[in-house]
Amino acid sequence: MFPVLAFLVGLPVVAAIVIALIPKSRSELLLPVAFGLSLLPLAVAGYMVWTFNTAGGFQWVESTIWLQQLRIGWTVGVDGISLFLVALTAFLFPISILASANISDRLRGYLVSLFVLETGVLGVFIALDLVLFFVFFEIVLIPMFFMIGIWGSSNRRYAAIKFFVYTAFGSAFLLVSIIALAVNAGPALQTISFQWNELAQVPMTSTLQTWLFFGFAIAFAIKVPLFPLHTWLPDAHTEAPTAGSVLLAGVLLKMGTYGFIRFNLILFPEATVKYGKWIALLAVIGIVYAALVATVQPDIKRLVAYSSVSHLGFIVLGIFALTLTSVQGGIIQMVNHGLSTGALFLLIGMIYERTHTRKIADYGGLASTMPIFSGFFLFAVFASVGLPGLNGFIGEFMVLIGSWQTFPVLTVVAASGVVLAAVYLLWAYERVFTGPPGKANKDLEDLNPREIAILVPIAFLIVLLGVYPKPVLDRMENDVNAVISRIEQSTSYERPTFDLEGQLRISVPAEQGNNSSGESSEGSE
Amino acid sequence: MTMSDLAVTAGWYMALAALLFSIGAIGLLTRRNALVMFMSIELMLNSVNLTFVAVGKELRTLEGQIATLFVMVVAAAEVTIGLAIIVAVFRRRATASVDELSEMKG
Amino acid sequence: MVDLIWLVIALPLLGAVGLLFLGKRIGEPNSGRIATLLVIASFFIALIAALPAFGGDFEGENIFLFEWLPSLGVNFSLLWDPLSAMMTLVVTGVGALIHIYGTGYMDGDSRYPRFFTYLNLFIASMLILVLGDSFATMFVGWELVGLSSYLLISFWFEKPSAAAAGKKAFVVNRIGDFGFLIALMIIFATFGSLSYDTVFGNADKLQVGGATVTAITLLLLVGAVGKSAQLPLYVWLPDAMEGPTPVSALIHAATMVTAGVYMIARSASLFSIAPVSSGVVATVGALTALFAAIIAIGQRDIKRVLAYSTISQLGYMFMAVGATAYVAGVFHLLTHAFFKALLFLGAGAVIHGMHGEQDMWKMGGLRKKMPIAFGTMVVAWLAISGIPPFAGFWSKDEILAITYGKGGAWVALWAVGLVTAALTAFYMSRLMFLTFWGEPRWDDGIEPHESPRSMTLPLVVLAVFAAGAGLINTPFRPSLEHFLEPAFAFIKVAHAPEGITPWVLAGVSVLVALGGIAVAYRRYVTRTLPVEEGERWDLVENGFGVDDLYGRTIVLPGKAVAESAAFTVDAKGVDGLVNGVGGAVKRLADAATVLQTGQVRSYGTTMFLGAVAVIAWLLIRGGAF
Repeated sequence: MFPVLAFLVGLPVVAAIVIALIPKSRSELLLPVAFGLSLLPLAVAGYMVWTFNTAGGFQWVESTIWLQQLRIGWTVGVDGISLFLVALTAFLFPISILASANISDRLRGYLVSLFVLETGVLGVFIALDLVLFFVFFEIVLIPMFFMIGIWGSSNRRYAAIKFFVYTAFGSAFLLVSIIALAVNAGPALQTISFQWNELAQVPMTSTLQTWLFFGFAIAFAIKVPLFPLHTWLPDAHTEAPTAGSVLLAGVLLKMGTYGFIRFNLILFPEATVKYGKWIALLAVIGIVYAALVATVQPDIKRLVAYSSVSHLGFIVLGIFALTLTSVQGGIIQMVNHGLSTGALFLLIGMIYERTHTRKIADYGGLASTMPIFSGFFLFAVFASVGLPGLNGFIGEFMVLIGSWQTFPVLTVVAASGVVLAAVYLLWAYERVFTGPPGKANKDLEDLNPREIAILVPIAFLIVLLGVYPKPVLDRMENDVNAVISRIEQSTSYERPTFDLEGQLRISVPAEQGNNSSGESSEGSE
Repeated sequence: MTMSDLAVTAGWYMALAALLFSIGAIGLLTRRNALVMFMSIELMLNSVNLTFVAVGKELRTLEGQIATLFVMVVAAAEVTIGLAIIVAVFRRRATASVDELSEMKG
Repeated sequence: MVDLIWLVIALPLLGAVGLLFLGKRIGEPNSGRIATLLVIASFFIALIAALPAFGGDFEGENIFLFEWLPSLGVNFSLLWDPLSAMMTLVVTGVGALIHIYGTGYMDGDSRYPRFFTYLNLFIASMLILVLGDSFATMFVGWELVGLSSYLLISFWFEKPSAAAAGKKAFVVNRIGDFGFLIALMIIFATFGSLSYDTVFGNADKLQVGGATVTAITLLLLVGAVGKSAQLPLYVWLPDAMEGPTPVSALIHAATMVTAGVYMIARSASLFSIAPVSSGVVATVGALTALFAAIIAIGQRDIKRVLAYSTISQLGYMFMAVGATAYVAGVFHLLTHAFFKALLFLGAGAVIHGMHGEQDMWKMGGLRKKMPIAFGTMVVAWLAISGIPPFAGFWSKDEILAITYGKGGAWVALWAVGLVTAALTAFYMSRLMFLTFWGEPRWDDGIEPHESPRSMTLPLVVLAVFAAGAGLINTPFRPSLEHFLEPAFAFIKVAHAPEGITPWVLAGVSVLVALGGIAVAYRRYVTRTLPVEEGERWDLVENGFGVDDLYGRTIVLPGKAVAESAAFTVDAKGVDGLVNGVGGAVKRLADAATVLQTGQVRSYGTTMFLGAVAVIAWLLIRGGAF
């Protein structure tokens, strides 16, 4: 069988080499060639989405063991959980390249960084070998570090180093936990193994589960980022070039949430059931806290960065609520957030190129001078706020409806984030776009065709996913179900049922699994 | 006293190697000129080579000689780069004294 | 035709999307005409589809459109039953008239096509709200009408006050939606689905007055209170008058704000088994009706009078559905849609003719100048005041009669309703007398004139309905009740008392209304105009300072909390901690750099001594010494 995934991950590597080989005298070719090459992984991803078997399970699996003694190797596969993250990644890179037309300084290095980044991110989402996963997880750091540190704005070095150190700190925990996991599997498997599917079968003492759960969780929580580990994100976003911000919000953060599902939920079910509520608590604190902080940010990019923290909180809440609806909602929200926040960062990049300021106070009245731009911005704002008909709604709605049964109180608090999102985004819109245009903003040019071309595909997907999410939900349903069923089998957790006994259940079934034996007359499963 | 009594056993080689090594080490620590320090390092490396060969002969294995070959290759490579650096520094500073090269001070 | 009911939504949606992209190219008169025609087409499709329902015994039909959120047990499908049919007819009918009016009113506006884009979007959203067959679809429509409302209120966004009003409307509505959302969570947790079929079909399994159903209904009420501008979330509606007048008429009077009433009527299966919640609904309604009516008396801006009047009338509808008189509530919704749309459009015609003047104290004597606006508004005035046989009389009276008939504490609510009726007659008469009677008080240079045909035609049509619509549900011939019967078939609903009581009650309320008009007539017509200034008038005009109160108690503290979170907790606390750790590591490293002399020989010595130490340790451990 043709190694689709190796091909997919290999394409950006080849692209990076091609870019590096373009002679200096032909540097005007750099961008067009890069854009063309970045379409190839997108085509592969499109093919994968198209041909994906909705029965679920890992598809296009490749497994070559490189090191038999340690069972390390190239084991990759895509299931309904990772499929759309792969697709999102492949989709956002061409967009990012188009959005980089203003980069003139060391363009070649910039594009090579982008392609290396793409390799890393795609690898993270397909790796089923923990060493492989870790390697890709770390590869991502380096190009991103350079993108922020070299092509960022004024305070870029501080932000780059903060980003790097923060993430590396988490990675240390991840590495130790991975090794401990592999070594622990030794007696049971009669060999040390880093194969994800083999490790998932190995029993573990609950003490070890707890330690490893938190080891993985710290790394992923920094990546997501969860409160209180989030402070690298606003700095990184603010300083990064537009494409960097788009990719950071669009796909890099999803590596954390994806990691939670793929590793924490599968490998440590017992600890997940036991401590999931604490992670969910942090997520909900993050939702409200980041929303509050976003409200008063004077810098528009920073505001959107904090909104990211708030939105990612919904995803994590959904994941640890462990119901079909909530986890599905969490996953689809990963894609949605990538699109809508990506669009917001792109738009901010476009206005920054014109005005060279990100201060909300410097703007005002842009809706009169730049109607197309403001239209797109309002569209992205409403996608982000979770307006029905646009994608953000589907994810948020499913997360909230699905999480209530597991975490009623947390979910109610989280729902207030929906109100706060409207406050901070619409208030920002009001200050930037409405009112009479100020002197400085009188002569701004509206979007040019290239910029519109960047935004239209995103807008199209935002509407498509918002109106008809079924193809996406269908492709992930069985795999999400499998994850939850696995947790049910290996712990006392039972997914909540529906009761008509007229009693409001505020108890948390995740803790006392036996309590949820309410009359299940209208079970949806 | 027979010939065999006078035969040069491994111990002699060891003693010689130790002596060479010590000379090299003392040279490295006391001299300032980078070139001389380099020669001292070469001396130390060769003392180790001597040990390898001697012990290899004593134990009748080839590993000692193989290791020596490795060391020689590495030493050659090291000398090439090292001399290049020294020449470059000399061109810039007109000196090869290591005491004046303390940019790495924390 | 029922199968094609999706066209009712699709046509205006098509209009919205098409005009969004092509509006500029299509240009001024045509974009408005296209939008209008689409809504008219929608109306006629709905009318034809509703024909079987007029025959009676129409149970309703689900029309499947596409699979949507399977794990929530909902598809995107529509429900065509008497209730949704009636709402659809109101929305498209009144909507079409207001579109026609808009083609005249917005004449010459620089964003004329955009206006109709939004109006069409609103119609489509509102239809999703009323036609959806699940709480999820209703929520979709619910939020989308919020969006259209936001876009239309801040249509003239260059005016900071308009932009702020739009945002305020959306945010306050979102607060209500927060309650709605939680209600949906509980509904899903209880029934395992959000579709009306499952929820209402199993509602009888819930314990009557139990915690679940009470919680669900109270939270639904929070949503309804937000959308229908009831206490305490009404504050956005008066500000919403910043939008163009057709918008105020369509969205903020006739249709969108009635969504809360529709939602409660639609959820009648739940509300009818939650007596506590129903009581709360009615109480909220009655208090809002009274409160808003009082504020309406003090307004100088003609549109703000009507805004508060809308809030007040919505209070009546809440009172009705709270009293489980769902038909009466929906009936008042219907008549109110006609006469209030008419009032707004008439006010718009006045404003148009007065070159944008909205202060009633600068009008006066317009009777002669604008005969059509005047004549039609008189009809609406009598209708809202409750003078028979105009529409408002029948619906308002039914509500009051049922409330009284329930006895007990409900009589108190009836009394509140009666007082409100008197106040309503008074402030509406004040509006009419100040505007159309008396001496002209216009500013210099204003020459009042009648509006173009496109604006007067809807006025006339609406006037016909405002006069006659009451007749569809009189005690003698309760057609609407029969029509809606299937929608509330299995629900215990309240009925008007029998015998002589309703006649007496009707007499009382007519007397009260006439009294209100008479007082106003004496005050504003027969005597010299009073000076309505001073502290008390200011207080009423400012709506008892509720906006300020919210500002001081919620907005400002909220902002302070956010600021301390952003600039103290986050910047200094969380990030300070992180930077502190970084700083500590750096200081440690600085201390260690002493060892880094930069002298090759010192490194060599260290290495050498280290090697000696290691070898020595190995030898000692190996027992060499």
